[in-house]
Amino acid sequence: MNNAINATHLTFLLTGAFWTLVLSLMAFVGGGVVGLVIALGRTSPVRFLRILSGGYVQIVQGTPLLVILFVVYFGLPTVGYSLSPMLAAGLSLTIYVSAYLGEIWRGCLEAVPKAQWEAAECLALSKTQRMVKVILPQAVRIATPPTVGFSVQIIKNTSLASVVGFVELARAGQLINNSIFQPFSIYMIVALLYFCMCFPISVFSRRLERTGASRLKAAETAVSA
Amino acid sequence: MPVVVLKDVKKSFGSLQVLRGVSFSVDKGDVVALIGASGSGKSTALRCIDRLETIDSGTIDVCGYSVSDPNLDLRRLRLDVGIVFQSYNLFPHLTVEENITLAPRSVKRMQKAEASEIAREVLAQVGLSDKADNYPEQLSGGQQQRAAIARSLAMQPKVMLFDEVTSALDPKLTGEVLKVIETLAASGMTMIMVTHEMAFARRVADQVVYMHQGRVHEAGAASILTHPTTAELSEFISNDL
Repeated sequence: MNNAINATHLTFLLTGAFWTLVLSLMAFVGGGVVGLVIALGRTSPVRFLRILSGGYVQIVQGTPLLVILFVVYFGLPTVGYSLSPMLAAGLSLTIYVSAYLGEIWRGCLEAVPKAQWEAAECLALSKTQRMVKVILPQAVRIATPPTVGFSVQIIKNTSLASVVGFVELARAGQLINNSIFQPFSIYMIVALLYFCMCFPISVFSRRLERTGASRLKAAETAVSA
Repeated sequence: MPVVVLKDVKKSFGSLQVLRGVSFSVDKGDVVALIGASGSGKSTALRCIDRLETIDSGTIDVCGYSVSDPNLDLRRLRLDVGIVFQSYNLFPHLTVEENITLAPRSVKRMQKAEASEIAREVLAQVGLSDKADNYPEQLSGGQQQRAAIARSLAMQPKVMLFDEVTSALDPKLTGEVLKVIETLAASGMTMIMVTHEMAFARRVADQVVYMHQGRVHEAGAASILTHPTTAELSEFISNDL
């Protein structure tokens, strides 16, 4: 019996990596949309919305992603909603990511100086115009480095989807290992593939932070000059 | 016919009473200098006029609007009142021209070309014609403040409020901003300015309102700055020299 890692195994791992990326994208888009709603709720002038979104964040952040995944995949069918492993993983990650992105973005919205709201208000802009044309564009700038940084967490956390049988990179590694039992080499390759996906994003995030900082510095020197 | 009238305005922040019954009025085309020590309530009084603060009692009328009316449409008030702040508060993500055209375009629904034309006019007025495409961070403090004045002017307000607009600037930059305000005053704009520039107030103001401990302590023509009648104003002025 041939126990060596061959090209078929590598193709299988690469396919797994592809699904890891797909799942990451689902989580990022879904979590981003819900996260934006959460961030707006957290900074809303309406008390009820603040409490509701704050409660959501507390509950999700206080629950392991694995447990969310179990509830969605094994729990929902008992009340009549059966989801495929991929949808279950996508939904769980969406819930998880939205709570964290919501909090990150809330901080970024609050980091825009209050005086900007006031200046916009004094120009007779409506509440929506103030938010959309003055506050959000500035918050997006502040939010970009931490958001890109967090997407590394998303990619790594998709590996948990393997427990409900979704064949992404980690699960692909497990399956190959079950047949040829070479855990060290296989999981090293899996780790390397994760690293190849995450490292460029980390570098990008760090560069964003640096350019953000230098932009600020340039602004300071321009003012003091 | 007064454009701005304050009657017995009172305002507290928590247990601290900042305005203890402030009354004064501003006629159309008049320039009023609001002076006084830090904490005398002059900035608060100014902010109340634009409803950035709500008052506890008394009345404020601005351009026919009752500012103290809780049902007042604030956006209509702000179409008539322009305000410039000490910290400029330009929008950092927009160019100078975009800063100026934002409100005319989104509030007055102006076409791009028309709004740009107005931007050119107001920028010429404040001497920044060559800075339309710059971002605020590329300008000096004095230029930023003049851009902020231009942004306010683009909405063609009936009253302009200036809240210590030169306090963050060095003497040279202060000079260029004051020159813009002085030209504006000469053009007949109704203005209320909170200022620490006594020489400027003396030169430009039609009326000087001296605030002390939340009240109008002394008010009158600019000559009260050279011939004060109360001991407090005379002491306040002597500190300035």
